[in-house]
Amino acid sequence: MPAPEIVASLETRFSATPYALGVEIPAVSLLTAVRALRDAHGYRYYVLGTGTEGATSFEVTHAVRNLLSNDTLFVKVVVPKDAPEIDSIAFVYAGAEWQEREIWDLFGVTFNGHPDLRRILMPDEYPGHPLRKSFAMETPWGYRKAEAPTPEAGS
Amino acid sequence: MGLPQGGGTYARGRIVSGGPIEVVERDFGELALNMGPQHPSTHGVLRLILHLSGETVIKAIPVIGYLHRGVEKLSEHLAYDQLAPIYERDDYLAPTANSNAYVLAVEKLGGIAVPRRAQWLRAFVSEWQRVSSHLVWLGTLGLDLGGALGGGTTLYMYCFREREKILDFLEELTGTRYHTNFNLVGGARYDLDAAMVAKSNALAASVEAALPEFWSMSGGNPIFVERTRNVGVISKDLAMGVGITGPTLRASGIAYDVRTAAPYDAYGELPFTVITRTAGDAESRFQVRMDEIAVSLKLVRTIVEGLPTGPIFTRKPLKNPKATKLPKGEAYAAVESPRGELGFHIVSDGSAKPYRLKINAPSFKNLQIVPHILPGGLVADVVAILGSLDPVLGDVDR
Repeated sequence: MPAPEIVASLETRFSATPYALGVEIPAVSLLTAVRALRDAHGYRYYVLGTGTEGATSFEVTHAVRNLLSNDTLFVKVVVPKDAPEIDSIAFVYAGAEWQEREIWDLFGVTFNGHPDLRRILMPDEYPGHPLRKSFAMETPWGYRKAEAPTPEAGS
Repeated sequence: MGLPQGGGTYARGRIVSGGPIEVVERDFGELALNMGPQHPSTHGVLRLILHLSGETVIKAIPVIGYLHRGVEKLSEHLAYDQLAPIYERDDYLAPTANSNAYVLAVEKLGGIAVPRRAQWLRAFVSEWQRVSSHLVWLGTLGLDLGGALGGGTTLYMYCFREREKILDFLEELTGTRYHTNFNLVGGARYDLDAAMVAKSNALAASVEAALPEFWSMSGGNPIFVERTRNVGVISKDLAMGVGITGPTLRASGIAYDVRTAAPYDAYGELPFTVITRTAGDAESRFQVRMDEIAVSLKLVRTIVEGLPTGPIFTRKPLKNPKATKLPKGEAYAAVESPRGELGFHIVSDGSAKPYRLKINAPSFKNLQIVPHILPGGLVADVVAILGSLDPVLGDVDR
């Protein structure tokens, strides 16, 4: 459970809404909030980054930890589906770099200011974002089959 | 690959008449070298693009995803009781750690009680798999460092000899050598009897007896020390920012272990020491894992001594695996796998399947340190550093 005084401080400073694992923060104050968490509150360890698809929006969640007080805090931001863009926190926590690439790859959420926003798990030329609910499990791979070399070409 | 424009890639010796040999160092610019995905020292299908200046790495770009199987997407299409065996295929060197983290997250979200004996048995199997996983790591590290260790194969064979005994033991306990399918939501699947307890103790004694031998072949070998000391140093700040985890984190002087920081299963009741080193180099990571083998062997003895009596599974038997529905909400639970914090973040919408499931994989986080620590080192250090990080590509790519 996240520390109540940190949650209260985030509520007053950034008008955050608490939930079971941490807080939900308005997208505009994400960068300032994670900087404050790292520098003022001692949440210097990056745990994970994940995305979830809702009905009209994506949720991007980062988890950070204060190793001294052994407290893990989840910071959630809601990103609208019609403009899926959010600030990158890769310059605050180096560990967010790959996790944000993964969210971009699997959900198609763009991270502004990310140093190297490329696909990470799927091939570079892959069409679509597989963890979206609209992406069916049976979606064909869309790859060209490698052509077997003909004897003429091989000789 | 052709030579770069303007000459060879090595310094040339030229004899000037009457004088000493003059060595001319020439700058041949940057060379991009592709390492992997099919390379014996990348422990699977990791690909590294190394930018080299001479033999020094100036930039390293890891390319992953060759083993991506879409486990998180698959999770959204299966019921909670069907999923645990799937995750055992993720980190294939310590399968039960994966299913253990998963069942913990489901139990947390659903408020499902676990009998005490089952909690102890989960810890028991986890510790045996930690030993077996660390033995694979040590053996393959020996192969990576190659010639220094009698061709490398000696240490590898010795480690696999002991690991084989552990797999045989697990086969006798669970019917499977590897993917034991030990953890169930709400308990454990297999029980220990007195004969198996005796076998576990004998096995622990056998592996313990082999440890000094392993030490003398690795940590006691001056060439091994030369190849690992002050190589791939990870500072505390970098370790925290990148969020590396497990023995890799503890070798940088941060005593964070999920087993003590957020005790799960039986670990709240089990006394053990968290191993740390402060140097943060490849040798410290090696030492941490070696000491952890000894700690785990002590732990399995403690567990069989104090094993509580009682049932191992108390939930009502299921007629239909799709009958288990979890309340709406979110939960995160983690275990200390041999590679570090392995967590499951489950979002439930109240149905019988996870709405979204994220696997917080330790190898993924540990591999992220690679572009930060490889530059400045030599090509030969790359394999030593990768070996000391112990990535499992099934865990990285999921």
